[in-house]
Amino acid sequence: MESAVVGHISEIKQLPEILVLGSPLILKSYATEFSSKFRVLRPWESPLPLAQFLAAEAQNTQAALCSGGVSVSADLLRQLPSLRLVVTTSAGINQVDLHECRRRGVAVANAGTIFSADVADFAVGLILDVLRKISAGNRFVKSGLWSKNGTYPLGFKLRGKKVGIVGLGSIGLEVAKRLEAFGCTILYHSRNKKPSLTYVYHPDIYKLALESDILVLCCALTDQTHHMINRDVLLALGNEGVIVNIARGAVIDEKELVSCLQRGEIGGAGLDVLENEPRVPNELFELDNVVLSPHCAVFTEVSFRDSFELVCGNLEAFFSNKPLLSLVSKG
Amino acid sequence: MDAIGVLMVCPMNTYLEQELDKRFNLLRYWTQPRQHEFLTQHAESIRAVVGNASAGADAKLIESLPKLEIVSSFSVGMDKIDLNKCKERGIRVTNTPDVLTDDVADLAIGLMLAVLRRICACDKYVRSGGWKSGDFKLTTKFSGKTVGIIGLGRIGLAIAKRAEGFDCPISYYSRSEKPNTNYKYHKSVVELASNCDILVVACALTPETTHIVNREVINALGPKGVLINIGRGPHVDEAELVSALVEGRLGGAGLDVFEKEPEVPEQLFDLDNVVLLPHVGSATVETRKAMADLVVGNLEAHFANKPLLTPVV
Repeated sequence: MESAVVGHISEIKQLPEILVLGSPLILKSYATEFSSKFRVLRPWESPLPLAQFLAAEAQNTQAALCSGGVSVSADLLRQLPSLRLVVTTSAGINQVDLHECRRRGVAVANAGTIFSADVADFAVGLILDVLRKISAGNRFVKSGLWSKNGTYPLGFKLRGKKVGIVGLGSIGLEVAKRLEAFGCTILYHSRNKKPSLTYVYHPDIYKLALESDILVLCCALTDQTHHMINRDVLLALGNEGVIVNIARGAVIDEKELVSCLQRGEIGGAGLDVLENEPRVPNELFELDNVVLSPHCAVFTEVSFRDSFELVCGNLEAFFSNKPLLSLVSKG
Repeated sequence: MDAIGVLMVCPMNTYLEQELDKRFNLLRYWTQPRQHEFLTQHAESIRAVVGNASAGADAKLIESLPKLEIVSSFSVGMDKIDLNKCKERGIRVTNTPDVLTDDVADLAIGLMLAVLRRICACDKYVRSGGWKSGDFKLTTKFSGKTVGIIGLGRIGLAIAKRAEGFDCPISYYSRSEKPNTNYKYHKSVVELASNCDILVVACALTPETTHIVNREVINALGPKGVLINIGRGPHVDEAELVSALVEGRLGGAGLDVFEKEPEVPEQLFDLDNVVLLPHVGSATVETRKAMADLVVGNLEAHFANKPLLTPVV
């Protein structure tokens, strides 16, 4: 027998392969840590157009991490024949074709409830800002107008106001809990009544708006909720009513919202989301009773860390055949 | 009743002026070019003074009004009224407690959220077109932060109750420990500041509480700490506060009051971690009406020899 040539075989630890789509902000903060756990496919670093990159590199990839802006469509899924898991960094999954995922046996996991407290905090912050003119007042003082002019218009009291929460999920419940401490009365609209709660349920969004002083949108964007807040609902909310949106821009008919605000048909708005972000209707810039934010209700250092840990937790569970941490839809 | 002279020391609320006009001879001090002569001229008829957080009744004014019987303040704070002089002369004093507690507490929380979550900076970012260039930065989570309250009176307790809705642990400093609360008591403001994330001033302004937030307290609060002032400007050593913010030794501030309103230190204008408001703690339509009704109600009660609604002295 010839002597076998024994080569040095170095054991290369095979890291699980993850395709990353969009540019999830959490990876900007945690890129090194992520690469130490996974073999990361980064299409944006390739000169190839996405379709070619996927065809060349991702045919065996079982898991994808997608930022909230990536449309996980039937077309995309078709290009990833081995895909079994999509993890989104967002709580919202309106951008994922769930039907197609189920059909193809692709499980979907999202951000679960890790963002709920931060989003609820931001919603309350927007309500207070609109009612008490905090951003507008800050502008007034910082432009030197207080010492020249003196007077500033009055705001509106929050205690005793009726707040209609649209969508009483994890975020909606956190908003309700906070507002109760301010002495607000909570009403809600949801797909189903929640019998264990004492909040007043309204199956009809129009009636909720009629009854409410403030509407807070906390629902998912679906075919049913698209433009659910239309002109009729806005007029029902009324010229002293305030609307706050931390859900998705398209829940509101934005053109109607802008014209109602311009005509004083509603009292004010706090908007973290818009229909065509980052495009903002110019008309809103003229209005002091509108507070705008760049879709950042989840943007805290802690929530980004929590989000990263959840993403890793979901991916690690998948590759060890354990239950996903924040499963939305089974594969 | 028409002969009763009521001196309003500065403009504060048109509804209040209208209601006082209906019932008394309202004299608007700020419209007079020669105030000393005006006082001398009307000294015999002025039996009441109406003041607010900006101007009240100091010893000099009280001494020039020999017929003064009552000072009714359109505020809860009494720091602009010489209370000892009033006591000495048997002059009654009233204020507007309770009706403004909720609004002031709401504003304190609104300022906390505005500073920690950079809401005003977000709004500015969108309005200036910044969003087209990219996402906003990460800010600081509010829920769960320890809130330290200086003064656990009506307003302090209302702030605590709201902050608890955000799972914020509450600690406080007060002249004495309050029974029946689960909040953590600290026996000094420095100790409180060292052990909280957000420090809020909610006590009355007295000689003892002037500059209660000084350099030592600001240092203890530190580069991640946030100061909220919905009390009175003189509670805080403003020069120290400004330099701490400009130098990054303090994490941020939400200020509704200043030492020399309406003057505000311009070095604060460009700081995104600082939110400035023009003393609007009680400035809502609903509350200002309730405050005005209390002022009028107190004056009516006094001149009808009935018990005052909200006497301080």
